Amino acid sequence: MSDTREVISSGNELAAMAAVDAGCMFFGGYPLTPSSEVMHKITDLLPAVGGAAMQMEDEIAGIAAAIGAGMSGVRSLTATSGPGMSLKAENLGLAQMAEVPLVVINVMRGGPSTGLPTRVAQGDINQAKNPSHGDYKSITLCAGNLAECYTEVVRAFNLADRFMQPVIVLLDETIGHMHAKAVIPTAEAVKAGIKPRKTFDGPAEEYRPYDVAQDEPAVLNPMFTGYRYNFTGLHHDADGFPTEEKETCRKLIDRLFRKVDEHKDEIELNEEYMLDDADILLIGYGSASLAIKEAINELRKDGIKAGMFRPITVWPSPEERLYELGKKFDKVLVVELNQGQYYEEIQRAMERHNIEKLTKTNGRPFSPADIIEKVKEVF
Amino acid sequence: MAFNYDEYLRTNKMPTLWCWGCGDGVILKAFVRAIDKLGINKDDLCVVSGIGCSGRFGSYIDANTVHTTHGRTIAFATGIKMANPDKTVVCVAGDGDALAIGGNHTIHGCRRNIDLTLILINNFIYGLTNSQTSPTTPQGFWTVSQKVGNIDPTFDGCKLAEAAGASFVAREKVSEPKKLEKVIREAIAHKGFSFVEALSNCHINMGRKNKMGTAMANLDWIDSITMPKKKWEALSDEEKANYLPTGILKQDKDALEYTEAYQMVKDAHQGKRGKITPDDFKKKD
Repeated sequence: MSDTREVISSGNELAAMAAVDAGCMFFGGYPLTPSSEVMHKITDLLPAVGGAAMQMEDEIAGIAAAIGAGMSGVRSLTATSGPGMSLKAENLGLAQMAEVPLVVINVMRGGPSTGLPTRVAQGDINQAKNPSHGDYKSITLCAGNLAECYTEVVRAFNLADRFMQPVIVLLDETIGHMHAKAVIPTAEAVKAGIKPRKTFDGPAEEYRPYDVAQDEPAVLNPMFTGYRYNFTGLHHDADGFPTEEKETCRKLIDRLFRKVDEHKDEIELNEEYMLDDADILLIGYGSASLAIKEAINELRKDGIKAGMFRPITVWPSPEERLYELGKKFDKVLVVELNQGQYYEEIQRAMERHNIEKLTKTNGRPFSPADIIEKVKEVF
Repeated sequence: MAFNYDEYLRTNKMPTLWCWGCGDGVILKAFVRAIDKLGINKDDLCVVSGIGCSGRFGSYIDANTVHTTHGRTIAFATGIKMANPDKTVVCVAGDGDALAIGGNHTIHGCRRNIDLTLILINNFIYGLTNSQTSPTTPQGFWTVSQKVGNIDPTFDGCKLAEAAGASFVAREKVSEPKKLEKVIREAIAHKGFSFVEALSNCHINMGRKNKMGTAMANLDWIDSITMPKKKWEALSDEEKANYLPTGILKQDKDALEYTEAYQMVKDAHQGKRGKITPDDFKKKD
């Protein structure tokens, strides 16, 4: 039996399907263009499998309810766009601090502020790195095609439970509203690959949920199972009880970083397209990568050998691979639908400044012609 | 035999951060006695609190406890309850928590009539952060953010809850700990959104600057502005405005509870019933 299936659907609907197939049992959200179809779809799917999907009174309540369900032990989702991410930011910080697994889908639209509600942008990439105040390490995935709206949401749920923290999945308006055929894993294959959160099964008196190795996440047993502990957004001790003891505080924040930094190999995922023989390196992510690929195919017809590097996990960034590529390629062009947000991260990772960029912030997607013209102009 | 509070408390995390004579401890004890009398297992209980002095309420209780962000208590609790409809979920919030920054969640928790109990600890001030005006601070009182006297009109949380659709609304005060225990017990036993306003003293950060600098003086003042519901109902409309009624102010045992309503959604999606129509919500005779 095949592990894949063909479906005709939209990016937003595929994301909702993926959540349910990955075992999500609660959704809390609020209508926000261009993400609303995630809610429309999941409000049909979840009650059918015994879960619950709620349209809450505002964006903040949407994520708060989702975190609450996550705290209680079930897989949980919220979905929104940029303005909603801004409102959800404080509670994302709570989920980072208390180590509550959660998947947050942001279908990006033009910003800042109300911006361009029905048009595409990739302007929330920096926000996804640090949406809330304080020190923590985000995990953010970015779907670059229709099928990845499904596969990256599945991966996000497994990563959230592995690292016990929120995982953001970035879609953008183009991909979220794209409606076409996609080849995705079967629900059975997804279910077989579910990796639930770690739990402690020793005596309750010995259970210390936040007393774990310095590179590991908290071990949070589901509520109502006889292991009683405290969640808080304050600095906390091994039982989750508030403390200001300086060594405990130092170790907590250090661990929130190290649990991600020391296991990047489990998180990093990239695509490399026609890079082996290329002279020109194009870097892009999300829907921009679709135009980049087409531009590469056209450029090669003219004898210009370009290739693409596409991060699928955008945070933490693939800094080691970017450094290697920066050494290998003289000609580097970053293509993104913002004023150069990830460009700065690439400069940092490559430790060089002579990198070209093609940016756009008028709410329109790139066409391959935009990219071909830029390549011919600068190289 | 004396009641054993320790069985329900995280005594290893004490003393509490509350000031000497704070009413929050009286409410905590009343809550624990209520849980004991109801026979609720600690493992089946979740206490969710917000930010402020009341925000620490849950962390002293040996149950599943959650200390959330400011004002969002009910929203977090809603997710917990929807994922675990058979468990007891209790919210504890302050007056700033539930009526200012979290007012929207209070309104919509009441409106949904979801089976949560909210204990709103009203001490008429932002106590933890040194005496800023809260929505329940009486007009003319000194606060650190309105040092010549508060001009902001005072919010009646019980009226809000009643109007927004809570099916159980009650008010009690820490000078009546047995009555407080009773309303908390009835609130938790009630199926639907239960709103309990517990009037509490903050003689340190409210009282001292308003001529009631001891716990007793603060409690006397609370007594002077409250009246049992039956007595209050006999007053003229002008006189009523001077007092807050105490006791159970509303109870509607027939109101549709939200997790039960959501079961209709599940049944409809699972083909066990047809679509939900306006007829499903008509009052039965």
